[in-house]
Amino acid sequence: MAPQLKQTRRERVREGSPWTGLWAVVAKEMADYLTSVRMLILELLTVLTAAGTVYTAAQNLRETVGQDRFLFLKLFTTAREPLPAFVGFLGFLVPLIAIALAFDTVNGEFNQRTMSRVLAQPIYRDALLLGKFLAGLFTLALALTSIWLLIMGLGILGLGVPPGGEEVARSLWFLVMTIFYGGIWLALAMLFSIIFRQPAAAALASIAVWLFFTVFWGIIASLLAQVLQPIQFGFIEEELAQAQLEMMLARLSPNTLYAEAMVATLNPAVRSLGLVLPVQLHRAVLGAPLPLRQSLLLIWPHLTGLIAATVLLFALGYVLFQRQEIRA
Amino acid sequence: MSEVVLETHGLTKHYGAFVAVDHLDLAVRQGEVFGLLGPNGSGKTTTILMLLGLTEPTAGSVRVLGFDPARQPLSVKARVGYVPEQVGFYEGLSARENLIYIAKLNGLRRGEAYKRIDTALAQMGLGEVADQRVATFSRGMRQRLGVAEVLLKQPQLIITDEPTLGLDPEAAREFLEIIRRLKAEGITILLCSHLLHQVQAVCDRVGLFHRGRMVLEGTVKELARQVLGGAYRIQLEVDDAVSLEEALRRVAGVVNVRRSAPNTYELEAEGDLRAEAARAVVEAGGRLLSLNIEAPGLDEIYSRYFQQEVEHGTAA
Repeated sequence: MAPQLKQTRRERVREGSPWTGLWAVVAKEMADYLTSVRMLILELLTVLTAAGTVYTAAQNLRETVGQDRFLFLKLFTTAREPLPAFVGFLGFLVPLIAIALAFDTVNGEFNQRTMSRVLAQPIYRDALLLGKFLAGLFTLALALTSIWLLIMGLGILGLGVPPGGEEVARSLWFLVMTIFYGGIWLALAMLFSIIFRQPAAAALASIAVWLFFTVFWGIIASLLAQVLQPIQFGFIEEELAQAQLEMMLARLSPNTLYAEAMVATLNPAVRSLGLVLPVQLHRAVLGAPLPLRQSLLLIWPHLTGLIAATVLLFALGYVLFQRQEIRA
Repeated sequence: MSEVVLETHGLTKHYGAFVAVDHLDLAVRQGEVFGLLGPNGSGKTTTILMLLGLTEPTAGSVRVLGFDPARQPLSVKARVGYVPEQVGFYEGLSARENLIYIAKLNGLRRGEAYKRIDTALAQMGLGEVADQRVATFSRGMRQRLGVAEVLLKQPQLIITDEPTLGLDPEAAREFLEIIRRLKAEGITILLCSHLLHQVQAVCDRVGLFHRGRMVLEGTVKELARQVLGGAYRIQLEVDDAVSLEEALRRVAGVVNVRRSAPNTYELEAEGDLRAEAARAVVEAGGRLLSLNIEAPGLDEIYSRYFQQEVEHGTAA
C-alpha cells in the first residue's frame, strides 16, 4: 500500500527543480543589462548626480569639519542650492532606474518571439522569471554599490578625514535599503511587463504608479485621514488619532517608508519616526545620537515592509506569468 | 513496425467554450516525417504546446518518447527540439551567442557546447555569419538558425511549426532539403503547416486537421485514393470542337472526365492511362496536342474532402 501511495505522489509531482537553468538566465540577462545603452545612460546620470551633490555637500561641510561625529553621513543628506541632497535625488532616481531596467523583461521576449523557444528548453517558467528579477536586482545593486564607493572616495578626498566604523556601517545599511527600495519598483515594472504586451504601456503604467505615490499619495492620505477620523470636538485624542491614521496611510507608500528609514539610518539623532508627545521626551537628551542597534530597531518595520512589498509584487507577477498562454 | 515515439489519446484542449483540439489520436513512429496539416486556427500550434508541456491538456493523455509532458516536461524538453512559427532570436546578440545561451539552459558543458555549436552552425550553412548579429539575418537564415539551435540538443524528435511560412521558394526548398537530411540521420520529425503543397513532398505520412479534429490520416497516395477516388489526373489538350467526353469516359479505369476549357479535358484515373486516353482521342477523330499527367496534391485532396463533406452534409 505504502509504496503505491508514494508512486502516485511522485507521478503528481513535477520532475526536477523549478530552478534548473536559473543561473544561466541570470548570467545572460545581466550581460544584456550591463552592455545595454539604456544602462549606460542611467549610470552616467547617477554618477553625475552623485558627484555633483557630494561635491557641493563637501564644500559645505569642509567648514564644519571636526564639529560633527557623523560628518560622512552628512555627505548623503546635505543639500546646497541649487542641488537637492543626494538622498533626495536617489528617492526618484532609483525607481526610474528600476522601471527602466524591467519594463520590457517579459513582453520583450514575446515581442522578439523568443519566449516559446526559450521555454521549449528544459527549464521551468519559475527559473526564467526569477532569473530575470535577480538579474535586475543584481544590476541595480552593482550600480548602487559602485556609486556608494564613489561617494566614499570623494568624501575622503573632499573632507580629508576617513569615515568611522559606525559611519561605514550606517551607510552600508542605507545601501541595502536603497537596493530593496529599487526591488519594489523592479518587481512592479516586471508585473506590468507581464500584464501588458506593449513595453510602452508597461513603462507608462509603472511611471503612473510611481507618480501617484510620489505626488498624490500624501494629499490623499491626509484627505482620507480627515474623512475617516474627523475632529468633531477638538479633543487632543481626536487630533492624535487623525495624525496617526494619516501616518499609517502615508506609510503604505514605498516612498514614505524609504524616506523615513533613510532619515533614521543616516541621522543618528533621529529617535522616533512616529508622533512624540512632550511627556515622552521627559528626561531625554535631545540631539544625542542613538547607537546603530537602536536606529536599526527603529527602521526594522520599514525594512520588513520594503522587502515584503517586493516579495508580494513578485509573487503576483509569478502567478500571472504561470497562467499566461505562451502562444503569441 | 518501428517504435512509436509520440502518442496522444483523446487529447482535448478547451479555451473557455472554444474547443481548440478535439479528441486527437495521433501516433508518430520512429524515423518518419509526419505532417500535421491544416488551415490556420485548426489547433496545430495548441497541439504542439501540449506535446511540449507548455499548455495543460483539458483531457486526454500524451506520451512523448515515453514521458508525460505535463509531469516530466524537463525530460521531454531535453530530448525534443522545437522550432516555433516565425522563430525569434535576441536581435542584439550574434548567432553564436544566441546558441550559447540555449546550450547553457540545456546544461551542456562549455567545451562540448562550443563544439556542438560550431558543428550545428556549419551544418546549417551559417558558419560564415556565426558572429554577426541576428538582426542582420534574413527569414531563411533565422529558420536555419532555429534548426541549428535544435541540433545542439541532439534531439530524437524535432517539431517544427510552419517552417516554410514567409520563406521565398528557394529558401523553402532548401529548408525541406534540410528536413530530408535530418530524416536520413534517423531523427523523427513532426511538421505542422498550412502550406500543403510545399510540405507534401517530404512527409511520409500526413494528418489533415480541421477544427481541432484529425479528419484524414495516411500517406498522400492513400489519401488521394480515399478522397479523389483516382490517384492520377490526366490533362488532354485537343484541337477540335467535337466533344470527346463520351469517348474518354468509355476508357477502362477512368473515374471522371471534366471539360475544363473548350479544348481541354481532365481525366481522373485509377492508373497511368495516358496511352489509352490518347488512343481514345485519336479513334474518336480528335487531334491530340498535348498530354500531361500530374499526381494529385494535398491542396486538392484537402479542398475536395471538405467539398464532399459539405455535399454529404457531414461537415461540422
